[in-house]
Amino acid sequence: MPPTSAEGAPTASVRMTVNGEARALDLDVRTTLLDALREHLDLKGAKKGCDHGQCGACTVLVNGLRINACLSLAVMHEGDGVITIEGIGTAERLSPLQRAFLDRDAFQCGYCTPGQICSAAGLLDEAAKGWPSAATDDLAGPIRLTDAEIRERMSGNICRCSAYPQILDAVRDVAGPA
Amino acid sequence: MRPFTYTRAGSAAEAARAAAEQPGARFLAGGTNLLDLMKLEIERPAHVIDIGRLPLGDIADADGGLRIGAMATGSEVAAHARVRRDYPVLAQALLAGGSPQLRNKATTGGNLLQRTRCPYFYDTAKPCNKREPGAGCAALGGLSRFSAILGWSEACIATHPSDMAVALSALDATVETVNADGGTRAIPIDELHRLPAATPEHETSLAPGELITAVVLPPPPKGRQRYRKVRDRAAFSAGLASVAVAGDAIALGCVALKPWRARRAEASLAAGAPPVAAAEVELSDAKGHGGSDFKIPLTRRLITAALQAKQS
Repeated sequence: MPPTSAEGAPTASVRMTVNGEARALDLDVRTTLLDALREHLDLKGAKKGCDHGQCGACTVLVNGLRINACLSLAVMHEGDGVITIEGIGTAERLSPLQRAFLDRDAFQCGYCTPGQICSAAGLLDEAAKGWPSAATDDLAGPIRLTDAEIRERMSGNICRCSAYPQILDAVRDVAGPA
Repeated sequence: MRPFTYTRAGSAAEAARAAAEQPGARFLAGGTNLLDLMKLEIERPAHVIDIGRLPLGDIADADGGLRIGAMATGSEVAAHARVRRDYPVLAQALLAGGSPQLRNKATTGGNLLQRTRCPYFYDTAKPCNKREPGAGCAALGGLSRFSAILGWSEACIATHPSDMAVALSALDATVETVNADGGTRAIPIDELHRLPAATPEHETSLAPGELITAVVLPPPPKGRQRYRKVRDRAAFSAGLASVAVAGDAIALGCVALKPWRARRAEASLAAGAPPVAAAEVELSDAKGHGGSDFKIPLTRRLITAALQAKQS
């Protein structure tokens, strides 16, 4: 029989590298990656918005790729490298994306911002690898990060304050001219 | 989420065996659909078999075609050089579905097996024959904006939500599987999903424990390829209707409980009919439920426009 929690639910151990630091956890296997980060590792940057993969507030980078941390079990990430907003930069050492979001006022309430910035980091990497999007006219060609491309590629992140124009400006600042 | 036991499969055959031996088991690949449904307690597996680490993610040339491992993600498939060059309808369909975050996680096999987005399937306070066989269908007489117009039954008027599967249908893909005995087979994509008839809870032709290991594309068809999707928002939104054109093949999405291969329209075109007439032949016995009536002319126009469009 597998080990169980006090409530009798199965548990398992998982080891991950989170923001460069090796972490080991024993978790109820139902624990999502998002809850593991927030409730067990006290990394409160990634947010629980919808908890169903629709809003993007929980976006983190796993092995360099952006995913919804709410739609993944922590135990699925044995051996993975996870980067949260806390690993992107700090108040003392802002990343270029964080700097741009500040410069462009790319938020009002800020709740979606950690997810927006992690998503933008993933976007820049995907575009650099030449990955196409639904806004890519020529599937064979190189990727030019036009405004339409950035909007499409950020469409997994909702901003209820509707700071979309400023978010576009911030990502554009870091991406450079199309 | 209900408690479940969690195991990580060491091989595809081991996963299939474990699933067949444990009633109530579910394979977990990307998790983007299954975990969502488990949170809502629509899916309540007693056992979860994690297949996410199985080495089934390769995308490789195969006899002039392409073999896509079941664990390849939507992002990987859409970005693959040969998919972009030789199967653009597949890249376009994948990129029309979900969000970048979801595509980075969702797998090819999981995409095929995702459940309907019918709002009454999601609403556990309402009867649904998929969730509880025999309970009835709340969508009949309910809000039907997203309902089927083809191939539905009085037991279920839901649609299949996949964009990818519509392109695979037009490309005549086959689905490779392994079963609990280690045996393998290849299923034509058109025979994977079932229409609802009286038993909408039986969604595919897969046996208990049977695991999808790959999708195989034949050599690319001659002629145009195109995927077009109509949806309520410009991005990250379920479809209202979609069409995939690949050479002489046409498939429709969001109109039935399976990707709908439009063979009557194909035959009509081959006999020399103009696009709009071919579309009308395909939809001659389409029927909506009030709120979905608009999907019939919409689908007719989509087919016509996709057939008339220049190669892209």
